[in-house]
Amino acid sequence: MISMTARLGLGLARGVSGVGNRAAAYTLRPFSAEPKVLFGQYLANARNTEMLFDSIGDGKEVLTKEEVQAFLEDVKPFIRPEALDEIEAKAAGECLNREYFKKWLVLATRFDSQRNSKMAKYYGMLGEQSGAVHKEPKSWNESTMAQNLRRMQYAVRGQVVMKAETLMAEGKEIIFTNIGNPHSVGQKPITFYRQVLALCDLPPQYGVDHPEASKMFPADVIARAREMQDAIGGSGTGAYTGSQGVLKFRQDIASFIEARDGQPCLPGNIFMTNGASSGIQAILTGLIADMNDAVMIPIPQYPIYSALIALLGGRQVGYELDESKGWSVSTETLKAQLDKAEAEGLRVKALAMINPGNPTGQVLSEEDVFTICKFCCANGIVLLSDEVYQRNVYAPGKQFHSAKKVAMERESELRNLQLVSFHSTSKGLIGECGRRGGYMELYNIDTFVQTQIYKLASAGLCSGVNGQIMTSLMVKGPEEGGESFDLFTKEESEIMESMKRKAKMLVKGLNEIDGIDCEDAEGAMYAFPRIQIPQKAIDAARKKKQSPDTLYAISLLEDTGLCVVPASGFGQADGRIGFRTTFLPPDDVMEGAVEDFKRHHEKFCEQYA
Amino acid sequence: MNQNMRNMEYAVRGKVVITADSITSSLKTNPSAYPFSKIIYTNIGNPHSVGQKPLTWPRQVMALVDLPDDVGVDNPNVSKLFPQDAVERAKELKSYMGGCGTGAYSHSQGIRGIREEVAEFIEKRDGGIKCNPDDLFLTNGASTGIGHILTACISGPSDGVMIPIPQYPIYSASLALLGGKQVGYYLDENKEWSASIEELERSLKEAKKNGVNVRAFVLINPGNPTGQVLSSSAISSVIKFCSKHSLILLADEVYQENVYDPNKTFISCKKAATEAGMLGKFEMVSFHSTSKGIFGECGRRGGYMELTGFDPDVQAQIYKLASSGLCSGIPGQVMTSLMVKGPKPGDVSYDSHENEKKTIFDSLKRRAVMVSEGLNSIEGFECNAAEGSMYLFPKVDMPEKAIQEAKKQGTNVDTLYSLSLLEATGICVVPAAGFGQEPGRAGFRTTFLPQEEEMKQAVELFKSHHEQFLEKYK
Repeated sequence: MISMTARLGLGLARGVSGVGNRAAAYTLRPFSAEPKVLFGQYLANARNTEMLFDSIGDGKEVLTKEEVQAFLEDVKPFIRPEALDEIEAKAAGECLNREYFKKWLVLATRFDSQRNSKMAKYYGMLGEQSGAVHKEPKSWNESTMAQNLRRMQYAVRGQVVMKAETLMAEGKEIIFTNIGNPHSVGQKPITFYRQVLALCDLPPQYGVDHPEASKMFPADVIARAREMQDAIGGSGTGAYTGSQGVLKFRQDIASFIEARDGQPCLPGNIFMTNGASSGIQAILTGLIADMNDAVMIPIPQYPIYSALIALLGGRQVGYELDESKGWSVSTETLKAQLDKAEAEGLRVKALAMINPGNPTGQVLSEEDVFTICKFCCANGIVLLSDEVYQRNVYAPGKQFHSAKKVAMERESELRNLQLVSFHSTSKGLIGECGRRGGYMELYNIDTFVQTQIYKLASAGLCSGVNGQIMTSLMVKGPEEGGESFDLFTKEESEIMESMKRKAKMLVKGLNEIDGIDCEDAEGAMYAFPRIQIPQKAIDAARKKKQSPDTLYAISLLEDTGLCVVPASGFGQADGRIGFRTTFLPPDDVMEGAVEDFKRHHEKFCEQYA
Repeated sequence: MNQNMRNMEYAVRGKVVITADSITSSLKTNPSAYPFSKIIYTNIGNPHSVGQKPLTWPRQVMALVDLPDDVGVDNPNVSKLFPQDAVERAKELKSYMGGCGTGAYSHSQGIRGIREEVAEFIEKRDGGIKCNPDDLFLTNGASTGIGHILTACISGPSDGVMIPIPQYPIYSASLALLGGKQVGYYLDENKEWSASIEELERSLKEAKKNGVNVRAFVLINPGNPTGQVLSSSAISSVIKFCSKHSLILLADEVYQENVYDPNKTFISCKKAATEAGMLGKFEMVSFHSTSKGIFGECGRRGGYMELTGFDPDVQAQIYKLASSGLCSGIPGQVMTSLMVKGPKPGDVSYDSHENEKKTIFDSLKRRAVMVSEGLNSIEGFECNAAEGSMYLFPKVDMPEKAIQEAKKQGTNVDTLYSLSLLEATGICVVPAAGFGQEPGRAGFRTTFLPQEEEMKQAVELFKSHHEQFLEKYK
């Protein structure tokens, strides 16, 4: 048995392609013939692990050096050169134990050796007091666990964040700009929402019906809480609701969508969810039927898509957004990627569109949205429209256009477009991330599929009731003339103005730094600059088996306390280097951050000059 | 579409419930359409929906935690509406959250201060056995925790998990969805739903013979739908079995506070494992939830799981999975904190809080006895006592003609019976087939959650309907 630290940490070759169609026929044949195909499949979607393991040396316990060499020869194209060197050194002239070989394979396909060892260290540190210690080998371990989970990546809470948490524990001040979590960096909750929420949770005699309630709560808050308690019914906020969410809240959402789009919306097509994430997961669960099913996602993209696709054992097909054209996408790019995927034997089931963009911040024009809708329509692809930043539009002259509106207004050209749109209480001006509220709207989805989605929702019983309340509040604020209205308007516009200011200031500041270029943050909560760094830094990163932007982000973190996410976590064009930062911390902190970005960049370039 | 999803069954919200919902809406337009005025929902352990009142103090604390300071804990009028200890507890919880409040994502395992309270609760419950907050994950109810663990151990269609028959369908549903195999082991109704080692070995052997790679074992204690409370020795033998065969033990302990039989106490798997000298030597996950117990705060989606004996790599991967969902909902985390740490003796709310809890508990206890006695008094019914949890799972002798009729309709006799019960009486139960049972057995699961008067009526209705049913299929 090899110890944690002695295990080989080897990187992974990305962009495996050309194995899907061959793999499909493969399950009917003896596996030992073509480990390469299995290996490719394993890398692509972590399926068929056992078959791959079984294929090594025909199931013998000890492999001869010829067998080892033959296997390495087969899998060579999938492994980074430096990883291969290490393997060959290890395997040269040796017979290898099959068990050892299986372990090695798992390690050879780690996404990011550095991060995993950090994770292990993170737990190793706790290990002394924790139950999670390496006393004896466990039956449930890295090579026997579900490989699609092991190979799932989630950058927003990855290596840099863990490092930041460690530094914070050591007493260093950290500015978390890695995640769109507004309340954690000083944004205040909106008073009206919280007051209604609090009253809804209180049993009536201690809340709305308490004789002194008006000493603490404005009249319109009390009225709204009563209305909500009536809508929920006698069971209150402590009971499961219907699996799609409380009907009255879904009616509120439908009215909001109708007012936004000028098009009808049915509450029956609304599913309330725990944030947008659980909705996305439910839909992808319904879509991905086997390992050749694929979802098209933008590059760069928010990693929830790639993570869930990996977890569900599907395939991702990236379509690149064009940075030089304000992160837009053309039909040609989409078509080319679709053709390529189909040539590889993949079935593209869905396409994710993020508008306003995350991490890229662009706000799509009506025509852009139409283009994507048209593409999906023409190719029988379900459109997943991630619209959680719909209220976060800052650029003058820009406006949010929902996919549903475009689909209905131009129905004659978009017949049979199948669409699911997502919204959330975590973003916008409300920023109630901890509440886990949100909804999805199904449009023109097959009735049978919709009942199956309902079944899936009901297996989770229902989304959290507090999240449901917050969602209803988000789509229906206090009424004009009510006691809370002025304060509410003031709080909302302060948040909006501040975000606008910070978006502009940050992008301007970043662009003033020599070697950093950043597109406008027209919307959302992020800037996604690209950076130029010296070749020596790139070499140093390679030596550490890190991506160059991880090296950069860690250096930035250690030097300034700024915690950003390396751009490679979102995917980007080959050779591009960069990071994502939010502009959520207060104005003065952001101003300081811009100076820190500059100072650090100069220092970093000098260090690796 | 995903065929695993199509194959997934979820009986608790299945055909009978959907029919009940449509009856509810037709009663709204035509109140005389049925011989009853409303549906009595006994299909689901959702206490607040059938009249159980929420505990006051936790709701007060929760409201204060959500309110911004100036309109909440620091409001000059706060003492007019809220007791002092609720204000203090709210301040304490706010301090755990730093400046972020309830609107921010927390650490992916849950707020540290709350995990420390949970750890303290577990240590106290188990008589001082150490619990490390870093091994705790706060979850959205027990369900998401179960989902995480199964996700991490099912790698392909040959991986299987041993689940009791009858079982709570979240296990079979999750397994179907993940594409794993369920390996059933039978609980013996004649021996108060216990499982013998012979049966466990038989089931495992058979699964292995069929090429199933069994990874994990589910133990539900107190049982759902079966209501049994396991003895220390019964748990120990399961632990030994799991350890011997390298199975991950999933200990579903969400009903740990719902023990009514005065001769029984809840013993956690962790405690039993410690006594057997096995703690940390095999993988075990224990689940708890705010949805059951005395709190019954289902809508809150609060809960936790504790991992022991894990490979750190796997634990790190589970952390990653938790972090991809960002964190469990903060209201659920807050409720979990309040469940494990109520007001202290001497606090203003202590007596009223304890009283409210006792009232709920005593009433549940009375109903457990009353309903099981009532069911057993019906000819053709056999029902074990509910030592714990919230359910009764009677066996019903079905007339042969009904069985034939069900076959003709392409359904099972349980469903036929449950639908007939629903249409005649308005009582909504779950057909036993949804939980799995021995071939040839028929029956249903009912909660005893509706309030006492209603439950008494329900017993009468069970009886009169059964007579009608027998008459119809004579």
